[in-house]
Amino acid sequence: MEWVKIFSAILIIGWIIFLWPRAKYWLKNSPKAQEGDWMAAVLPLALVVGFVALLIMLV
Amino acid sequence: MNRIDFTATRSIESALSTNKLIKNTYMLLSGTLIWSALLAMVSMAMAPSPMISLGTSLGALVLLWFVLPRTANSASGLWVVFAVTGLLGFGLGPTLNYYIALSNGSQIIATAFGGTGIIFLGLSGYALSTKRDFSFMGGFIFAGMMVVMLASLAGLFLDIPGLHLAISAAVILLMSGFILFETSQMVNGAQTNYIMATVSLYLSILNIFTSLLHLLGALGDE
Repeated sequence: MEWVKIFSAILIIGWIIFLWPRAKYWLKNSPKAQEGDWMAAVLPLALVVGFVALLIMLV
Repeated sequence: MNRIDFTATRSIESALSTNKLIKNTYMLLSGTLIWSALLAMVSMAMAPSPMISLGTSLGALVLLWFVLPRTANSASGLWVVFAVTGLLGFGLGPTLNYYIALSNGSQIIATAFGGTGIIFLGLSGYALSTKRDFSFMGGFIFAGMMVVMLASLAGLFLDIPGLHLAISAAVILLMSGFILFETSQMVNGAQTNYIMATVSLYLSILNIFTSLLHLLGALGDE
């Protein structure tokens, strides 16, 4: 089981290294949100949260 | 007058290329999801050890890292996409076998599958219809992914109650945001490669599915 943990850790570190350049780029170059942008994003995400809660209650 | 004609022609060309990109992306995405599901079923029947599953995931990561960027602009990129999604689909087998062994396992898997489909179609449809630029979320989403990865790494070795559930919930939220982000990148012309767009959307769907499976398995009634 320890080997599975070690292998999983290697895999996660690999993903971190893989994603790091894109994360760095977007942290530096993300455009500023315009008025109403966050609301337009938060609304569907809130619906996703509600939907997942509904699925949990259904199972 | 000529200038107006030129601008109109360019905007029509741009709309056509965006439509073509979206069509190609969703067609390839459908193909890769079917292919991935087939290999997941093969893997379930073969019941490989979790180490094999981790090995296929590592193989997919190597392809994504070293091969896909070099082939994404050619037809051979399609073979790489099917190889990546096939490996990741095969790697799902042991997880699905674990859930199917639970008393309500088939219901959990079916609910996670249907739920993932509804979340993806709903968010994609929303991003396509509003045509709003969600690229302002880029920094937030990638910073969130880094935090989740580090928390997952910590969760492997530290026994913190509820951490895995919190990570699954965060992954669903981040990947949902990423679907909005990536779809708007396609709509607004920032993403022009359908192979890269397909892989990004595939990974977000896969992550939503596995996280939903985890949440439903842990928090469901039984």
